[in-house]
Formats: sequence, structure tokens, C-alpha cells
Amino acid sequence: MNLTNCLVLAALVFACGVFGLLRSRHIINLLISIELMLNAVMINFIAFAHFRAADPTAGSVFVIFIIALTSAEMAVALAVVMALYRQRHPLDVERMKRLRG
Amino acid sequence: MAEHATTWAISNSWLTLALPLAAFLVNGLLLGRRAPRAAAAFAVLANLAAAVVAVLVARDYFAPAQPAPLLAWSCPWLELPHFAGGLTLSLGCWLDPLSVMMLVLITVISTLVHLYAAGYLRGDPGFGRFFALLPFFAFAMTGLVIAPDLIQLYIFWELVGLASYVLIGFWYTKPSAVEASKKAFVITRFADAFFLIGIALVATVLGTVQFAAVNAPAAGAALAQPVAFGGHSFSLLALAAVLLFAGGWGKSALFPLHVWLPDAMEGPTPVSSIIHSATMVVAGVFLTARLFPLFAAAGSALFLAETLGAFTALLAALMACVQTDIKRVLAYSTLSQLGFMMFALGVADPAAPAGYTAALFHVFTHAFFKCMLFLCAGLLIHAAHTHDLRGMGGLRRKLPLTHAATLVGCLALAGLWPLSGFFSKDAILAAAWTSGKPWIFAVGLATSVLTAFYMARLYLLAFAGASRAGGRDAHAHEDPLMALPVAVLAVPSAAAGWCAEKFFTHHLLPPGATAGHAAHAAWVPWVALGAALAGLLFAAFRYGRGFVPGAPRHPAVRVAYNRFYVDELWLVFAHWFMFTLVAAPAKWFDSVIIDGTLDTSAWLLQKCGALQRAWQNGHVQRYLAAMLAGLLALYLLGVLLP
Repeated sequence: MNLTNCLVLAALVFACGVFGLLRSRHIINLLISIELMLNAVMINFIAFAHFRAADPTAGSVFVIFIIALTSAEMAVALAVVMALYRQRHPLDVERMKRLRG
Repeated sequence: MAEHATTWAISNSWLTLALPLAAFLVNGLLLGRRAPRAAAAFAVLANLAAAVVAVLVARDYFAPAQPAPLLAWSCPWLELPHFAGGLTLSLGCWLDPLSVMMLVLITVISTLVHLYAAGYLRGDPGFGRFFALLPFFAFAMTGLVIAPDLIQLYIFWELVGLASYVLIGFWYTKPSAVEASKKAFVITRFADAFFLIGIALVATVLGTVQFAAVNAPAAGAALAQPVAFGGHSFSLLALAAVLLFAGGWGKSALFPLHVWLPDAMEGPTPVSSIIHSATMVVAGVFLTARLFPLFAAAGSALFLAETLGAFTALLAALMACVQTDIKRVLAYSTLSQLGFMMFALGVADPAAPAGYTAALFHVFTHAFFKCMLFLCAGLLIHAAHTHDLRGMGGLRRKLPLTHAATLVGCLALAGLWPLSGFFSKDAILAAAWTSGKPWIFAVGLATSVLTAFYMARLYLLAFAGASRAGGRDAHAHEDPLMALPVAVLAVPSAAAGWCAEKFFTHHLLPPGATAGHAAHAAWVPWVALGAALAGLLFAAFRYGRGFVPGAPRHPAVRVAYNRFYVDELWLVFAHWFMFTLVAAPAKWFDSVIIDGTLDTSAWLLQKCGALQRAWQNGHVQRYLAAMLAGLLALYLLGVLLP
């Protein structure tokens, strides 16, 4: 267990997130992909805080902050998804035309 | 040489130019549309006033025994200090016997034609427009004859061409009229291009365009100086003379440029009348007479005038003998008479100027009777509602005045003593004989026979026998406005010959020549008269007993009826030259080079647009992919470059 392993793991998770974001068209999949990318970033924070930082608390604070932020974001996003679903909207992002400006 | 007292008429001779111009402007801008009848009255009065001024100018000008040329007024409008040692162009009024004679002729005939047109075009929707354009025609021709230099002559020359274009195409909704006007304009312009080159050549070599200088012996000598060009040295004189003559070649409709004149019949009859008598076609004869000393020094132009004139005279007379359209018969007779005038000028030389005098004498007499014949033709067409001689006949009682006038005109044109045509034609034939060119004389004599034949044929077909109009001529009458000019013109048509002969032999001589009594072969008038009588008798024998020509059957007749296929030759030439040599390469250049360049650049822009459109597609995921690719590229740049 060292820093390199952690960073490789984070890169792999981030790559999975990017792949999902680019390939998938279902809105739930997109939200999951975004979540994966954020998690990869958090792994980086934790890894650097654990192995390099003089005071590991700073990295943990950021991660907790991001978790809180993500929860709020997911709550809003899922609410939108639920609203769309209730109105029998397709959940395919390519076909979501009603919100287009 | 006597000094001229500066009289009112001479110092105000510009009025002959200004009055028709005023009529053109006022009628064109103000009266033509709103008050067509007032426009007609104004045009007639303006022309009448111009005619009065012209007659007064003539009276004062010829008051001294030997009138000298004089510049009545002039105003410079362009100075070219660097062109060939300084050239000043001015608008002026140059009075000499030739221009004063033409001035009177043009203004008088134009006044009568205006009066006639007021009756002829009554009720035409373009009535007001016509009375703006016809004074313009008179204005252009007046400016042409009083020009003191080549440039003014050329400007008005082109204005005459323009005026004839708009007047021949006056009924612009009629396709044949539009075709005819285009044909007249293009053919005369074609000749004028050479004329302009000739003027440029003369102006460059001599440094002046004044007729007084161009006609001086020094000018001929200066042009005859050999010029080195491409290792050879040759004289420009013959070339310059031929180029200048080319202008008259087109305007006076000499073979092979004669094809526009018969088609010009598509215009209203008053226009045909004025074109064929006092304006337009005589411009070429006038030009040749005006530049006669230069042409005589060169020789080449006069040789062309003599050869082409004689050939045109004979050819056109042959065509006139078989035509059935009354205006076409008259048109071909004009061609033939122009040929007469031209070869008369061609056989003259400064030492024996009889031909020069005779040509201008013929211009004078011909203008009256040809104008009258056309006006009569207009009356006939109004009465019988057809142009075709085969649909007329028996109009003698219905149109007594027209009948009498046509008879006078036909006999005058045929050259019967004592009518005007006899004197001028006899003078031409005598000049041709005394110049020692018997074949020209023979052609002239043969043409005289033919002339008498076709004029008698026209008269007999139109007036003699029973009516063939089939009731169309039931309401035939003579409009007083149209009858009056015909009656007035009948007087000079009959009498201008013996009244004016002395005047012409005394005054109308080329500059530098003196009035001498030319040896006049006494038998020539008798032969001319005999030729005319032979033609008349033959026509009377053939058409006097009610014979009506049918469709041309005999091959020779058919060839003449189809105008010797000269029009078709021109068409072939035009197709070959214009379409194959000029139009086809131009089209290739246009469609391949110009269109190709534009099409290619448009195609390129379109492709660039399509490329950009691919990026602006609204798919958020593609934007994201592009962003990531960009980031990656930046990262790689950052890693690899330093």
C-alpha cells in the first residue's frame, strides 16, 4: 500500500467515470459516472493527505466537504430525474429536448 | 471672296440647333406625357421656327457673290493641351455652301414630316413620346451638318444613330421593329468604329480636327509622309481616308452594309420618310462631300465610293423591281439613289468637280421627292390598311391628292423632264461620262431604266386597275394634316430641278475648286430621258393591263426578291464570326474561368462551414469529449515540449 497504488486506483476510477459519462445516455448512468469521478478525486485527496501532508486533517476536511456537496447535488439531480420520470419523459439525455434553450 | 455682313440670322444660326433641342427637352420632360397634342404643336412650331431661321441664314449667307466659309459661333468645351500638340474641341456652327444647303433641307423637311406625323400617329399611345424623339432626330442631324470639326461631326453622327434606333423601334412591343432597330444600330455602329479610328488617326497625325485644316492640301501631304512600322514604311493617307469613309459606308447603307435600311421600314412611316430623305442616310454622302479634298488626295476612298456606289445602285434597283411591300420598294430605291450619289462623288476630282456638284444636287432633289413618296405611301397604307402593293389598286379616285403627288414623285425619281429628278440624275450621268469611266456611266444608265420601271410599277399597282383591297379601303380619305405636307412637297419635287441647277453649279463646289463650265456632252440628257422612258414603257406594258405579281417563281426573280441573300450571308458571317470566334471563347472564359473561380471558392467555404457545424452540434457529451481531448493535448504539449 503506497501512494502510487492509490493514485493508480484513483486514475482507474476516474477513467471509468469519464468512460461512463461519454458513452452512456441514460441520465442515471451519467449521475453515477459523475459520482465515480468525484470519488476518484476524493481518493486522491485522502492518499495525498495520508502519505504526504504534514497535517492529514486538511485533506480529510476537503473530502468531507465534497461528500456533503455531492449529497446535496445528488438530492437536487435525483429530484429532477424523478420529476421528469413522473411526467413520462424519456430519461435518455439525447431525447431531452424540452429544457433546451 | 466677299466679307459677310454679320446679320441677325447668321449670328443666331445656333437657333437651328437649339430649337429642336428645346422641343426634345420640353416634350420629353414636360408635355409628352401630359399634353401630347400640345407637344405635337410645340414640336411643329419649333421646327418651323428653325426652318425660318435656316432660310434666313441661307438668304444672308448667299448674299455675296462668292460666299466664304465662316464660323458663325463656337464655344470650346474641352482642351487637350497634351494631345498631339494641343487640341481644342468646341461646339460650333460652321457655315459654308454645303452646310447651309443641308441646313435648309433638313429643317424644311423635318417641319413637314412633323406636321404629317401629327396626323399619321393620331391616337397612338406613344404620340407624345414620338414628338419628343422626332425633334431629337432633327437636332442631331442639324448638329452634324453644321459641325466645324470631326469630333462634333462624330458626336452628332452617333446621336443620329441613336435617334434612328429609338425611332425605328418606336413601336417597341413589336418584335420585328425591335429587331430592325437593333440591326440598324449594330450595323451602323460597326462602321462607326472604323470612322472613330480614322478620326483618331487624323487627329494624332495632324494635331487638329478642324475641317478647314483637314481639307487643306498640307493635311494630305502630312498624312502622306511615310511612317516606319515594323521595318516597312508606308503612307497613312489611303488608310485614313478609307477609315473615315467607312463611317459613311455604314450610314449611307452601301453594299454590303445596306441590309439595315430596308428593315428600318418597321418604324412609323414619318420616320422612314425623314430617314430616307434628309437625315441619317444622307449623312454618309454628306461626310464624303465634307471630306472631299482629303479623299481626293488619297484616291482610295473615292475609288471605294465609286465602285460600291455603282454596285449598290444596280443591285438595289434589281431588288426594288420585284418587291411587293410599298415601303420596301421605296427603301430599295433609296439605296439605289444613294449609290448614285456616292458614285457621283467618286468620279469627281478637284479639277473637274461636276460629280461633286451633281451628287449634292441629287441629295437636294431626292430629299424632296423621296420624302413625299414616303408620305404618300403612309397615306396609301392608312387607306388600304396594308403595306402590300398586291392589296391596293384602284385608289386613284379615292385619294386624288396622293395620286397626283405619287405620280409627280414617281416620274421625278424616274428622271422625266422637267421634274426635279431629271436634272440631278442627268448631271450625275454626265459627270460619270465626262470623268472617263464609261462602265460607271453604263451602270448608271442601266439603273435609270430599272428605276423608271420599278417606280412606274409601284404607281400602277397602287393606283391603276380595280381595287384589290376587298373592302378594306371603304373609308379611304386624306387627312388634312397629312395631305398638307404632301401638297407642299409636291412643289419642290416638281420644280427644284430647273430652279436650283444654276445655284448648285455655281456655289456647291469642293473647297478650292472654281466654278468652271464643264464640258457637258449634249447627248447625255437625251440618253437619260430615253432610259427613263424605256423603263416607264416597259412597266406600262407589263403592269398597265391589270397584271398583279404573284409569289415569285422564276429563279432569278426569287433571288432578287430574297434580296440576293445578302442578309443570309451576313447571318452566316455573324454566326461564324460573332458566335464561333467571339462569343464561344467568351462563354468558355465566363463559364470555366469566372464561374469556376467563384464556384470553387463557394464550395471551399461550404466545406469549411460543414466542418465547423460538426463541432457545434448540441451534444453535451461530444463537447465533453472535445474538452477532454483538448485537456489531454495541452497536457501532452506541456510534458513533451519543454
